[in-house]
Order: sequence, then C-alpha cells, then structure tokens
Amino acid sequence: MGLLALFRKTPSTARVAKERLRIIVAQERSARGSPDYLPLLRRELLEVIHKYVNVDPSAVQINLGHEDGHEVLELSVSLPEARRGR
Amino acid sequence: MLDELAADGFEYIVCDSPAGIEKGAHLAMYFADRAVVVVNPEVSSVRDSDRILGLLASKTLRAEQGNGGVKEHLLLTRYNPRRVASGEMMSVDDVKEILGLDVIGVVPESPDVLSASNAGAPVILNVESDASRAYEDAVARLLGETLPLRFVEEPKRSFFARMFGG
Repeated sequence: MGLLALFRKTPSTARVAKERLRIIVAQERSARGSPDYLPLLRRELLEVIHKYVNVDPSAVQINLGHEDGHEVLELSVSLPEARRGR
Repeated sequence: MLDELAADGFEYIVCDSPAGIEKGAHLAMYFADRAVVVVNPEVSSVRDSDRILGLLASKTLRAEQGNGGVKEHLLLTRYNPRRVASGEMMSVDDVKEILGLDVIGVVPESPDVLSASNAGAPVILNVESDASRAYEDAVARLLGETLPLRFVEEPKRSFFARMFGG
C-alpha cells in the first residue's frame, strides 16, 4: 500500500462490490414483485400436463412480465420429442 | 404484551431481531412502527438488508393496514474510513445509493466493540470510544436531532505515515 496504491490501475474492490450489489439487488427486487402463487401455479399446471404427457419438471417455465402497462403471464411448456420407430 | 409495556409507561420499546431473515426477524418486525436496519459495508450484508427492507414494506402489520408502513432507518456499522479511502470498502454514499435510504448513523469499526461484548457491557457506556459516540449520535438522530456524521473521514495522518502505509 502507500506509494503503490497511487499507481494501481485495477478497479477497486469496493467498486466491484457496488457493481455486484447493483445487479443482485435489481434482480431480487424484480422477483419480489411477483405474486406468491406462481410456484404453486407452476406445480399444479405441471401435474395436469403430466397426466397427459410425460414432461420433465423443468419443462414448465412461468414468467410474469410487463408490457405496455399490462402484466403478461408467460407460460412455456417444452414437450418431449415424439419417439419414433415404434 | 406490547400494550402492557406501553401501559406501564414505556415510550420506546426496542425489539432486537436475531441475525438472519427467518422467523425471529418476522416476529420482531411485525408490530414495529420504526425499524433500524443494521448494515455492514459488505455485499452479503447489504443484500440481506435490501431483503429485510422489502419485508418491512410488505410483511408487517403497518404495511398490511396500509397506514404508511414502517419507518425505515439505516445504521451502518463496522465502517473503516481508511479502507474506504483506499477503495477497499464501500462508502456511506455507496450503501445509501444501493439501498435508497439515508443513514441514521455510521459506527466506525472499533476494537472497543469486541471488548465491550466480551465484558458484557454495552459499548455506548465506554465514553472514550469513537463507536460509543457514534451510537450516541445515532440515538440522538432517531429522537429527531440533526447532527453531522462523525468518524466517516480518515483521520489526518502525517505525510510520512501515509507514504509508508503506516
């Protein structure tokens, strides 16, 4: 430290910390606004879909977004590829 | 129970919350009118404080009743002005900016805190200590006084001490 610090050009760790926090906090704040029922909704939807198609638990994605002042519930289910040769 | 204490004539009832964001914190904050969120200038601490602030704004009686919510204050502790000056520690302004709140006090990192804790005596009683005076200031501000922040600047050191990192 001392003299050496004057010549150091690497970003300070405090700045790195602040940058990391900005991202973490922004991410968590956006998740906070989403309603509590999303995980349950996702699970129940999965159960219903599972009755008809054998899908992977990670195949159902639910996102709540904002578009032009509306809330948009986005649901995406990726179905497994149909098996061939049977 | 809080009503009984109030009936006994207490004006302020301070409820300490256990560390972490769990049941204890929920219980401690639920009936609060004001909250002092204690934060260190570290990533994990600031992050947890942001989460607590989110809970204060939603999971408290005042928030549920919609009458203005809990008044939030920030208390920054374990602050080391020397490390802030050398870019190794986030500054008061950094923390204020990220959490979007003003601070009610800044307590400098001090060996007196551990000594006081070891002895089981509140550090605020050690009037010689910077930490004690910083806590005094924070309390005064909580009670509505306006005081300038102390102990946020690096103490002036001699030219030689600085050059040799003393």
